Amino acid sequence: MSFWNATAAVFRREFFGYFATPLAYVFIVIFLLAMGSFTFYFGQFFNTGRAELDVFFGFHPWLYLFLIPALSMRLWAEEQKSGTIELLLTLPIPVSAAVVGKFLAAWAFAGIALLLTFPIWLTVNYLGTPDNGVIFASYLGSWLMAGGYLAIGSCISALTNNQVIAFVVTVVACFLITVSGHNIVLDFFQGWAPTALVNAISSFSFLTHFAAIMEGVIDIRDLIFFGALIGLFLFINVVVIDLKRAG
Amino acid sequence: MIEIEGLVRRFGDLTAVGGISLKVAKGEVLGFLGPNGAGKSTTMKMITGFIAPSEGRITVCGHDVVEQPFEAQSAIGYLPEGAPAYPDMTPVEFLNFIAQVRGLKDDAARKAIDTAVARTGLQGVLDQRIETLSKGFKRRVGLAQAILHNPPVLIMDEPTDGLDPNQKQAVRSLIKSMSAEKAIIISTHILEEVDAVCTRAIIIDKGRIVADGTPADLLAKSPTKRLDDVFRALTTPDAEINAEGRA
Repeated sequence: MSFWNATAAVFRREFFGYFATPLAYVFIVIFLLAMGSFTFYFGQFFNTGRAELDVFFGFHPWLYLFLIPALSMRLWAEEQKSGTIELLLTLPIPVSAAVVGKFLAAWAFAGIALLLTFPIWLTVNYLGTPDNGVIFASYLGSWLMAGGYLAIGSCISALTNNQVIAFVVTVVACFLITVSGHNIVLDFFQGWAPTALVNAISSFSFLTHFAAIMEGVIDIRDLIFFGALIGLFLFINVVVIDLKRAG
Repeated sequence: MIEIEGLVRRFGDLTAVGGISLKVAKGEVLGFLGPNGAGKSTTMKMITGFIAPSEGRITVCGHDVVEQPFEAQSAIGYLPEGAPAYPDMTPVEFLNFIAQVRGLKDDAARKAIDTAVARTGLQGVLDQRIETLSKGFKRRVGLAQAILHNPPVLIMDEPTDGLDPNQKQAVRSLIKSMSAEKAIIISTHILEEVDAVCTRAIIIDKGRIVADGTPADLLAKSPTKRLDDVFRALTTPDAEINAEGRA
């Protein structure tokens, strides 16, 4: 059984599993309602009078902060609670295939939820002539950011068999990594810490990298940042599961 | 087909399995007997590669479980305690998933699923979600999953626990019908089951083997010729139940 065959089998089970329960539909409806209401109500989308989606994308990191942990909390906690993990891990597949398969399924699902926001793209194209390249880059950046949050959440979910704990801890962890580039945090360090440290803290922030991509410039360094972050947390995820089984 | 040498598993300060050695040959049905917490499940979890041994060696069909886990796991069908299965799937989806992960394709998968379904009598509930099934059917789904790839080794943790007498009888007949061409280990604390299906029984207490022989050998150890008395004489009870309710 090759790694990718096993990953594909786990992916299919997980991905279609979302749609077997109301989870998928509830999540997508809440996701779209939240995205819409923040953009139009708080973001004053129409009043800005500009044909761009900056307001819309600007809310993504903050909405993901709560929505993505809701998606990731069950990934491993539920398996550990119900005992199905014993079934999954005694099948002849590598742990890494299970971790990657589950992650990719959740990421693909988040991608679908994100794509379903397309009416706002249609709206802005109807009302004006936005730079669709920038919008495409922003969508890609948003999806990568969702992947980053998911990888962190998946890893935390493996540490507990309690989904509520997984949710709360993931929200806090994601909040810290999100705001590490925000002025509130940076101002705190700016006065006394060396510039290199301030830059390092800021460079870990999702906001910094997402803002860069939202400019419409897909810098390879931002892609590598999200890719490496996802890889790192999935690796830790595998280690966490292996440690639980070690003799 | 199963060889275990000096198997030890510690959880922190607790020694759950304290040096178990045994061999199971093809055609044997070995019954693990012992009080709750004696180390039966822990031993099974190590044979199937779910948790790693602290010490000792396990070989399944010539493959070391720690060094060649996938080869060993391919040769094993495992029914974990409580027969966990993904509640949001139907039996047919679940068995398809297991077939995929086990590397069975198209015709081979269909044939394997048909055989397993027929042997476990799941025909009537194939498209019902597993969470809606009765305990007996859930257990049969777990059994079907375990025998799907026609493994030479079957490990079943309390296969008849919680079933009614008819269902127990059905599961025992199934085990008996497969016993000629497989090496089977079942754990149970139902003593009559040993008599009904096992060719050999091992009594485990506090992580050690305290008796090993055919059911008849074990009976010979007791003047009353009752398995209950053998069991009570050889094993350590939990804290005594205080029948009079006084401190």
